[in-house]
Amino acid sequence: MNMRSRNLEVKIGNLALANPIMPASGAFGVEMNQAMDFNRLGALVPKSITKYPRGGNPTPRVCEVTSGMINSIGIQSKGIDYYIKEAIPEYAQYPVPLISSISGDTVEEFVEMCQIIGNHPDVDAIELNISCPNLEHDGKAFGMDPDISYDLIKRAKQVTDVPLIAKLTPNVRSIQEIAIACENAGADALTVANTFLAMAIDIHTMKPKIGNIMGGISGPAVKPMIVRMIYQVYQSVDIPIIGCGGVMNPEDAIEMMVAGATAVQVGTASFINPNSMIEIIEGIEAYMIDKEIDDINELIGRFHADGTPNLCV
Amino acid sequence: MQSNKLSILEHRQVSVRYWHMVVSAQGLTEQIRPGQFFNILCGNRALPFLRRPFSIYRINREEETIEFLYLVQGAGTREMTNMKVGESIDLLGPFGIGFTLDEQWETVLLLARGVGIATLAALAQEAVAQGKQCIAILSARSRNDLLAADTLQGLGVDVLKVTEEDGNSDVTQVEELIMDILDKRKIDAGFTCGSKRLSRLMQKVSINNGFPAQVALEEHMACAMGACFACVCDIREGDAIKSVRICTEGPVFDLSKVVMA
Repeated sequence: MNMRSRNLEVKIGNLALANPIMPASGAFGVEMNQAMDFNRLGALVPKSITKYPRGGNPTPRVCEVTSGMINSIGIQSKGIDYYIKEAIPEYAQYPVPLISSISGDTVEEFVEMCQIIGNHPDVDAIELNISCPNLEHDGKAFGMDPDISYDLIKRAKQVTDVPLIAKLTPNVRSIQEIAIACENAGADALTVANTFLAMAIDIHTMKPKIGNIMGGISGPAVKPMIVRMIYQVYQSVDIPIIGCGGVMNPEDAIEMMVAGATAVQVGTASFINPNSMIEIIEGIEAYMIDKEIDDINELIGRFHADGTPNLCV
Repeated sequence: MQSNKLSILEHRQVSVRYWHMVVSAQGLTEQIRPGQFFNILCGNRALPFLRRPFSIYRINREEETIEFLYLVQGAGTREMTNMKVGESIDLLGPFGIGFTLDEQWETVLLLARGVGIATLAALAQEAVAQGKQCIAILSARSRNDLLAADTLQGLGVDVLKVTEEDGNSDVTQVEELIMDILDKRKIDAGFTCGSKRLSRLMQKVSINNGFPAQVALEEHMACAMGACFACVCDIREGDAIKSVRICTEGPVFDLSKVVMA
């Protein structure tokens, strides 16, 4: 019984992943190949790239909080030319799908980058970081406005055929509203979600613990809120959800899948244990063997399938 | 870089604020260079949540041990003091670029402040082992915090102590001290760690007196392996200013290139 092969393959649009585990953008770099075998991951998701090089935010850029961390890195980036010349070839040597995360200052910039990156032979999908500030709208994130999100995804869809994944911000009144707008615009999947806006103050110096004052919180502190959002988004759209936020172990990843995620990103956990993703994949397999689950797809949205009432929250 | 679970051989409080830990590091000591660091899991819980970077205080290649001298400062180091001899400690590393010691250098000047003394102590041992003359100015809040002083003196390092307690640790006083040394001896290279003010001083003095200097920088880190871009600093390269990662491109830098904030 235990020797029977288990299917861990999941699909994001037309892209097949050998297993559902991939890094969260911003918490992954080529340097981490010293600590884990990239060949075993479901996908590779490098740090978000911007069109032009940018320096990032003042230090301190990270601070620890109970069960998590706040970061405000500022998407330090070497720009798209460097990315194509240096970064893509580095990742392309692994036989694992490459999902490029992109970040733009304007809708136009997102579309331009999708056109360039989305037609590169080594890029298998694009994750659009629509959680970043929109410089045309007073720095308010693209993903806070359903109309802008719709427009952005709609236009990006016209310039590339690779699956487009919208990385949503949780800092909204209704994440379902944004999710529906992205689905209507043709998004192939949604990452739920980016970090939650947060802040911490040093009571000895009276200064913020983050150079940029506010940052995004990640880590196990946010996981229950992400599970809730996956649950809500799953009820609102039919496209796959990639869960992201505070996954530390196999149980957390499975929980997100049961809530409705097709795949799961791991970020902060890799800072504490750089081999986390591999251990999570192994743990999911062990769980499937234990529960006699042959196909991981049986787990996706299982919570809903079991007839739990859809309560208004 | 590797993931290591090493056995704690000694662990004790050595002054009011400092602790000293010796861990077994078989097969590891050959590859470690002074100035490099380990990212240590201080506790596996909600707080401390992240690892903490620690520079290496002593690399003992004969006994195959490494030592850490650390200041108890926050949740991570407080938790670390609970670790017992015989238990294992989870360290990732060694990380980063360590100090460079040129064969030609005969006399080196170390300028360390507070917990930065631990970082430069590893370098002092290496310098002495290579037959170099080593002068160390150690600065701290109190005499109690100058615990590595005796160890360094024992190695043959010329140690000069300055503290707030003795009222002789002002930057201007330290500058006079360095000028006195430079009057009497030829310094081939300078090294500093632990204080921005003293790093600025070393930068000025080394440039004015035409000797090279290196600094080991500190910053809050998350991954410590170059992925997250949390620990950056600015480096001058020609006319351009470049943002680099302290964990990967450093923590040791050519001091003349560092843009001191």
